[in-house]
Amino acid sequence: MELITSLPQWAQQLSESFFGAALGGQVYTVVKTLVLIGCIVAPLMISIAYLTLWERKLIGWMQIRLGPNRVGPFGLLQPIADGIKLFLKEIIVPSSSNKGLFVLAPIMALAPALAAWAVIPFAPEVVLADVNAGLLYLLAMTSLGVYGVIIAGWASNSKYAFLGAMRSAAQIVAYEIAMGFALVVVLMVSGSLNLSEIVNAQGRGRFADMGLTWLSWNWLPLAPMLVVYFITGVAETNRAPFDAVEGESEIVAGHMVEYSGMAFALFFLAEYANMWLIAMLTVIMFFGGWQAPVDWAILAWVPSIVWLLAKVVCVVSLFLWFRATFPRYRYDQIMRLGWKVFIPVTLVWLLVVGIWMQTPWNIWT
Amino acid sequence: MMERIHDFCRGFLLLELLKGMALTGRHLFRRKITVQFPEEKTPLSPRFRGLHALRRYPNGEERCIGCKLCEAVCPALAITIETAQRDDGTRRTTRYDIDLTKCIFCGFCEESCPVDSIVETGMFEYHGEKRGDLYYTKEMLLAVGDRYEEAIASDRAKDSAYR
Repeated sequence: MELITSLPQWAQQLSESFFGAALGGQVYTVVKTLVLIGCIVAPLMISIAYLTLWERKLIGWMQIRLGPNRVGPFGLLQPIADGIKLFLKEIIVPSSSNKGLFVLAPIMALAPALAAWAVIPFAPEVVLADVNAGLLYLLAMTSLGVYGVIIAGWASNSKYAFLGAMRSAAQIVAYEIAMGFALVVVLMVSGSLNLSEIVNAQGRGRFADMGLTWLSWNWLPLAPMLVVYFITGVAETNRAPFDAVEGESEIVAGHMVEYSGMAFALFFLAEYANMWLIAMLTVIMFFGGWQAPVDWAILAWVPSIVWLLAKVVCVVSLFLWFRATFPRYRYDQIMRLGWKVFIPVTLVWLLVVGIWMQTPWNIWT
Repeated sequence: MMERIHDFCRGFLLLELLKGMALTGRHLFRRKITVQFPEEKTPLSPRFRGLHALRRYPNGEERCIGCKLCEAVCPALAITIETAQRDDGTRRTTRYDIDLTKCIFCGFCEESCPVDSIVETGMFEYHGEKRGDLYYTKEMLLAVGDRYEEAIASDRAKDSAYR
């Protein structure tokens, strides 16, 4: 333990003795940040790979099948086999496509999905960039992801891809507003844009003082916002039942039609990274982040990251449960739900919470 | 009016969606019905129509008399037969080919055969690795018959009451 805590100091001294005092400090900062990014991205990539397996398993079980169980014990090597297969496939660039944009699009889809993880707090004080405008940064990053889809649809020079991109653009615009309003309500009750502060704010209140922390989390007073936020999150990630963007039955695979091999896999990585991200955000905004559900002494030994991951896995499984249950919405139904249901609901609840906070019964002081 | 309010509430409170999720949630814990193929197999009917075979009589004489009824009845034109007189004066096939890529496994050849020579076995685990591999000649069909005669005979015996 002492070795680990003294490691940064030792590395800084090494860097300063090697590059000189001024330059060495900068080199140390860059290398440290890169190592920390690696510490987030590597487990994220593994969890993305295993989310595909968990998805196939869970949906299989819900359809009273077994799911993949041939590659390795319980099919545990299946994602690795899939990855190797996709790596070995040729990336075909259509001759009439816009080549630069065609290559850029999958990167544009994946980069924001990974960049958003910079501000996610995994435990108290464990966050790569503890910025005070974390929520704004997240909103910006999650909206940037759609550019990958739009660029892919445009650059492919294909009807299906273009239709998929158009649908995606309209869908994201519609749901971004409702998502933004839902987050504004969270912002109002926690009084901070800093994600760590939002989590800490949920650990205060009457129930938290009684040791029942889980009742003081945002999900209870802001339940309608939780539902709206999570459903818009499903729509933002283009998951079933909002996957009209890649609706197989009418536009084959939407923006991904012309992609193959690793370029196609990048879109998939982005989609699953976004699923993890939305699940993580739902937990941070509404389910108290890393906090334990009850404040009991017998549970004190459990590290806070375990609570966070357990909650995130539960929420991410909801995505899969949705996919196993609901048929795809028709396109006009998606638009109706976004504009005529979610936006009014969020606006009304914004008012309700605003007035609530001005009354003597304000629970968020 | 009341009905519309009722419908609105049920939709708005997600009751119907939750009902759907409860259904899939219940199925999550049900016993799985997957048949893990190479290790487990579903039972086959004795009437199963799989790979073709040409049978022989117990004394080793081939049954086929070259009547060409199967060739005539075959809706996919998958069967090609040529016949000639053998030294002992009987008519025998010199060529009996089935193109399994054309065959639709309707079983008409089997039904039309007056001597139960051409039959469809319960065998379905066969494959070809090249284009011509599924073009079965007389020798191959007789070999299939020799190999699975026991199973073919027992299938026929089980179904005899209905034929």
